[in-house]
Amino acid sequence: MGKQRKSGTVWNWLAPALVGLTAIVGWDMFVRITDMPPYLLPGPGLVLKTLVEEWGDLFPSLLVTIQITVLAFLAAIMSGLLIAILFAQSKWIERSFFPYAVILQTTPIVAIAPLIIIWLQNNTFMALVVCAWIVAFFPIVSNTTLGLNSADHSLQNLFESYGASRWQTLIYLRLPSALPYFLGGLRISGGLALIGAVVAEFVAGTGGTRSGIAYQILISSFNLQIPRMFAALLMTTALGVAIFVALTLLSDRLLQHWHESAVQREN
Amino acid sequence: MPLPLLTLQDIDKVYQNGTVALQGVNLTVHPGEFISLVGPSGCGKSTVLRLVAGLGTPTKGTMTWPGSTQQRNDLAFVFQDPALMPWANVVDNIYLPLKLKRQRLRSVRGSIQAAINTVDLNGYGQSYPRQLSGGMKMRVSIARALVTKPQVLLMDEPFGALDEMTRSRLNSDLLRLWREKNWTVLFVTHNIYEAVYLSTRVVVMAAQPGRVVANISIDAPQVRTDDFRTSPQFNHYCREIMTALSEAEAAGTGQKR
Repeated sequence: MGKQRKSGTVWNWLAPALVGLTAIVGWDMFVRITDMPPYLLPGPGLVLKTLVEEWGDLFPSLLVTIQITVLAFLAAIMSGLLIAILFAQSKWIERSFFPYAVILQTTPIVAIAPLIIIWLQNNTFMALVVCAWIVAFFPIVSNTTLGLNSADHSLQNLFESYGASRWQTLIYLRLPSALPYFLGGLRISGGLALIGAVVAEFVAGTGGTRSGIAYQILISSFNLQIPRMFAALLMTTALGVAIFVALTLLSDRLLQHWHESAVQREN
Repeated sequence: MPLPLLTLQDIDKVYQNGTVALQGVNLTVHPGEFISLVGPSGCGKSTVLRLVAGLGTPTKGTMTWPGSTQQRNDLAFVFQDPALMPWANVVDNIYLPLKLKRQRLRSVRGSIQAAINTVDLNGYGQSYPRQLSGGMKMRVSIARALVTKPQVLLMDEPFGALDEMTRSRLNSDLLRLWREKNWTVLFVTHNIYEAVYLSTRVVVMAAQPGRVVANISIDAPQVRTDDFRTSPQFNHYCREIMTALSEAEAAGTGQKR
């Protein structure tokens, strides 16, 4: 069984890597055979070369985007968790406020980003963080609220029969029960925080404000520096994947002993 | 006769949706008794247990604890579902009732280990619930109940979901513990044989409305061997309970028509 598990893990990495490799080789062949001009579609080699050449320019921009994303994500985690705990205190609080959380979620960020950037025009960085936060916080609220409300009924009875206080029930029962849901929310929110940051940077960039990696994508496309645009895009995507992988590892680590999602991954 | 531990007088329980779960239930529990509540689903046997545990209050009637001063602290509830926290290992699950009473893990490690020994789960302290079989989970649940050294044990179909072999082993274990610890046990089951095997008294209940229809004392020695399960006496009690159940059912349908 141990052997099977090992070879399983190798395949888990190898199979998607092969798919990626095939796609890159296919892309390269396509560009070579059709003699595609680089301003329409650069080959993978050129993108990589540009990435190395422009690293000094692009990497600081990526760092800015990382800061925006991380700050917005942390704000989303804290606010989302607190709001979910508040919602879980009473059905009435949840019923009264949940619709507004939904409205915040369904309002297109592209539409309100200019407004937020104008409101916070002295501090574009904060404006971008706010935009990314708005996009990222809903999955955490929604998932955590669901999790807090789905503590096992027998366990709730048990806590009650031992005269547990509201606070004890929250700390020892409802929060641990909500953990898998919360972590699921994190995985969605992590990606969304990045998307929120990118969208907001685009909006700010059209107004001429310099910011992170998405601004570089925008400028490169304006200047028809398509290989540079691809390089910046590649960095953004890599960041998104890195966020997802990190959160998945965190989730598996926290749930490894007990939750099906993490347990079944082993075999 | 010593002072009863607990008396239920003329208890009614009506749920908010209008369901009459209990009507005019009287029950006197003496210290050291092992009482089984037997009856069809919907007869309110679990409701009795929940009221005793303080999970909800009766609509009418009184519940008193004449023989005891600080009753609620001396109760322990065992549910049909082992109700273990999946994120906590065996030690932490058993520690829960003590943690809720704000006792330090360091100061109660001995009691927890003793509880683990009592239910024969030595060496499983660090295991998580998903690594245990159904019977072992139930043992953890029982260990958690006895770590608080309760006077009264309330068990709501605790072995209902287990296979017959595991059930009968746990039955014997439970009887041994009951003798050793001088517990008073209220045990809900729909299994007549289990009720007769375990109890000193079987309370037969009927549904619609939930009520007590018979009180049957089981006059057999406290130490019950496997021979008891096949004895004529055992069969006699089983038949008596079945008769009470079917009479109540017949009377109930007669009433409705």
